[in-house]
Amino acid sequence: MELTTPTLVTAAYLVTALLFILAFANLNKHETAKHGNYFGIAGITVAILSTFGLAVTNDGWNVMLFIIPAMLVGALIGTRVALRVEMTGMPELIAMLHSFVGLAAVLVAYNSFIETETDPEVKAAFEAAGTAGIHNGEVFLGVFIGAVTLTGSIVAYLKLSARLKSAPLVLPFRHWLNLAAVLVSLGLMVWFVVDPNIIPLAAMTVIALAFGWHLVAAIGGGDMPVVISMLNSYSGWAAAATGFLLNNDLLIVAGALVGSAGAYLSYVMCVGMNRSFISVILGGFGTDGEISGEAKDYGEHREINAEGVAELLSEASSVVITPGYGMAVAQAQYPVAELTRRLRENGTEVRFGIHPVAGRLPGHMNVLLAEAKVPYDVVLEMDEINDDFPDTDVVLVIGANDTVNPAAIDEPGSPIEGMPVLHVWEAKDVIVFKRSMATGYAGVQNPLFFRENTQMLFGDAKERVDDIVAALPAKVSA
Amino acid sequence: MRIGVPRESKPGETRAAATPKTVEQIKKLGYDVLVETGAGVASSFDDDAFRAAGAEVVGDEVWDADIIFKINAPNEAELACLHAGQTVASLLAPALAPDLVDALAARGVTALAMDAVPRISRAQSLDVLSSMANIAGYRAVIEAANEFGSLFTGQVTAAGKVPPAKVLVVGAGVAGLAAIGTASSLGAIVRAFDARSEVGEQVESMGAEFLRIDVEDTGPSATGYATETTEDFNAKAAAMYAEQAKDVDIIVTTALIPGRPAPRLITEEMVASMKNGSVVVDMAASNGGNVAGSVADEKVVTDNGVTILGYTDLPGRLPTQASQLFGTNLVNLLKLMTPEKDGQLVLDLDDAVQRGMTVVREGEVLWPPPPVQVSAAPAAAPAAAVEPKPVKVKNPWRKFYFVGAGAAAFLALAPFMPDSLLRSLTVFGLAIVIGYYVIGNVHHALHTPLLSETNAISGVIVVGALLQLGTESTLITVLAFVGVLIASINVFGGFLVTHRMLNMFRKA
Repeated sequence: MELTTPTLVTAAYLVTALLFILAFANLNKHETAKHGNYFGIAGITVAILSTFGLAVTNDGWNVMLFIIPAMLVGALIGTRVALRVEMTGMPELIAMLHSFVGLAAVLVAYNSFIETETDPEVKAAFEAAGTAGIHNGEVFLGVFIGAVTLTGSIVAYLKLSARLKSAPLVLPFRHWLNLAAVLVSLGLMVWFVVDPNIIPLAAMTVIALAFGWHLVAAIGGGDMPVVISMLNSYSGWAAAATGFLLNNDLLIVAGALVGSAGAYLSYVMCVGMNRSFISVILGGFGTDGEISGEAKDYGEHREINAEGVAELLSEASSVVITPGYGMAVAQAQYPVAELTRRLRENGTEVRFGIHPVAGRLPGHMNVLLAEAKVPYDVVLEMDEINDDFPDTDVVLVIGANDTVNPAAIDEPGSPIEGMPVLHVWEAKDVIVFKRSMATGYAGVQNPLFFRENTQMLFGDAKERVDDIVAALPAKVSA
Repeated sequence: MRIGVPRESKPGETRAAATPKTVEQIKKLGYDVLVETGAGVASSFDDDAFRAAGAEVVGDEVWDADIIFKINAPNEAELACLHAGQTVASLLAPALAPDLVDALAARGVTALAMDAVPRISRAQSLDVLSSMANIAGYRAVIEAANEFGSLFTGQVTAAGKVPPAKVLVVGAGVAGLAAIGTASSLGAIVRAFDARSEVGEQVESMGAEFLRIDVEDTGPSATGYATETTEDFNAKAAAMYAEQAKDVDIIVTTALIPGRPAPRLITEEMVASMKNGSVVVDMAASNGGNVAGSVADEKVVTDNGVTILGYTDLPGRLPTQASQLFGTNLVNLLKLMTPEKDGQLVLDLDDAVQRGMTVVREGEVLWPPPPVQVSAAPAAAPAAAVEPKPVKVKNPWRKFYFVGAGAAAFLALAPFMPDSLLRSLTVFGLAIVIGYYVIGNVHHALHTPLLSETNAISGVIVVGALLQLGTESTLITVLAFVGVLIASINVFGGFLVTHRMLNMFRKA
């Protein structure tokens, strides 16, 4: 076979696809995760450089006049954002990046449609191959998935950055609305395949944009880890759909990898919240029915002050910290890391218990703790630490609520019944950091606060942890 | 309102119902405090310390206060000092002393029994039985150590090997658990027994071995014959005690049922079988004792050299700590009864805790209280009511049906597909499977970097947009330009932010 640019590019794409697989495989473990990122970078470099070659071969050197400024501006913006983002702002950044993939998919699909319709040569080629209908279907799907990803991610971004209320939007007949959107789009697809023109495509785009918006608007803030990984999955499928319509194997492979990564993460998050995977994929799973906020009398809670906590901690031999979204909100990760360091110097065993859905992003707490230089080998998963609570002296619950709620286990009929939770109450002493006695995201009162071995420390988590650190040295050296 | 703390009149009583620390807390609730001179002497709090905390140190005028805090129930002379409208809070043992209840009613006072707090979690903070039992359990072990002629902890020294003491604790209530904790922190080998097998976990958490007796072989006849089971249980427990008595050095018994004679658990034969120099602490001596031969408030040494301690004032032997805890229980009672924090006592008989404690209200006898409603103890009742959900049994063949149906559908459609689509689908299907298996192993902590990495990789869509830039149509070029730009943000931003995050993860 003659060595031409297209065959070279095909080979380069295969290399890229394999490099991507290596990237994910290396991301499995902390030790090799950085190598994974380098494999990813190598892969995309090969892909982009070979595509440059193909573009120049097809369209001449002039094309670089467009490519260079576009990529340069994109690279500048991307670098700036990536260097500036706070680790607490990761959920917003990731949601925003998802929307870009969605938008790119919509643009590429539209372009392919315009090219086919305006360039008689291209159209003739499709018709000759008998794949014009299939190509139209692929364009249609690409736009649909891309548009849903686009607006869904924008809503997720707005909710995460608190520019939109995080409470779920509940429209009447919302499930019927969603079903109608899908059915109408299907009808438009048939129309478009038979007679490709802008009307059905544009109509579907509007519907898909609204559909994506509504899908995520109906989900509350506490379910964001699922939403983010679900949108991640969608963005992958959008890229794969683009691959189909461009007949580009690299895009198909990369899209499928990302799509299944997102789907797998969503599945993990669903297990973490005891929700059905299917109902999540279909959307609007946040609040099925009203939450019965039965006012149960759990008795009274007890308060403690920072000095008291410092005393407890300096006498404890093993401490577990279970952070939640509240820690991110209060930016308390640095004081928490400082507290951890001090206690460890004192010979106290300090570990972290992370619930799968703590925070607003899968793995959110891990990133925050890593940022504050908490060593990752003391940061454990729920299943790794749950059996150790009976042997733990003190548990600090910092900004977590539903993920440590014993009602999930011992109160049948509770809205969070069956959700796996951290069994913090089995420890000798539990200190709950909280701003007030308000309920958590699920709107369920937490009987943990009223347990005999629980004491409440009210106030801003960051300030309180600072107070504890300040109260420590005298006790420790004494 | 004013709160009076008289000096305890009971001989041998070392505790006080207030300490300088609790006085401060009481004052924060808006009350004035009168302390009788010398009230805290035995518990190491002098009058000056009370004055410094803001109390007024007085003589007999203490009885003029609106509320009287005491440790022990008032004796006859003290009853005479009470006047109508006053409130008294102290130990009263209303079930055992009906005469006292009548006498209090005759004086027209309101009497709150600190030893009649309902056993619900919310009332824990004012339960003096718990707080006193806790320190009594500690002191029981200290007393035993005092009498015991050897070390508790095992050591290997230049002068030879010291075996650790073996301690048996009977009854794992608050006192028993405190005794277990104290004995094991002294280094002894601790074993414990309790008729309620569910406390085994608590016992083990305190560092002791929980002794279990096998009562399962009572056979089906046991159903409906509770006494028979009990007899069988008792016989087996007795056999276990007899066996343990020969082995252990220290026995601490805590089986005390309020208002009833204490069960006799350790017989004369068992005591006789113990080693010379062994120590037995009978914490139930005031109610007849768990141990044969124990005498309340006395130390008895048997013929075979076993010391039996029957002290009933164990909390009082730690007067400073006991006063502090008792005083804090009283402060918590005040907190409950002073909702406005304005120094005005409000008795709310609708509250189960206050109702349970109120023996007499302004001369009207309210003892015994109605049983505490279940609603105060949630979780337990509804849990029993709801039937366990049937577990969904998944058909193990289900996945084969799915795979089969999927394969059949695909095979039916495949002949209508052009080659290029079939080829794409092949790649697509295989990539999904690879993705699933590769990503399924990702460590939970790396989920966020995984998300940003996938974001960057989705940016590969830039490849599609790049190839559309070269067409003649301006519209396509503009759209492709935007596509390249935003996809580049993903590529560069995604990889860079992943790199930043991964750099942060470090091992200890």
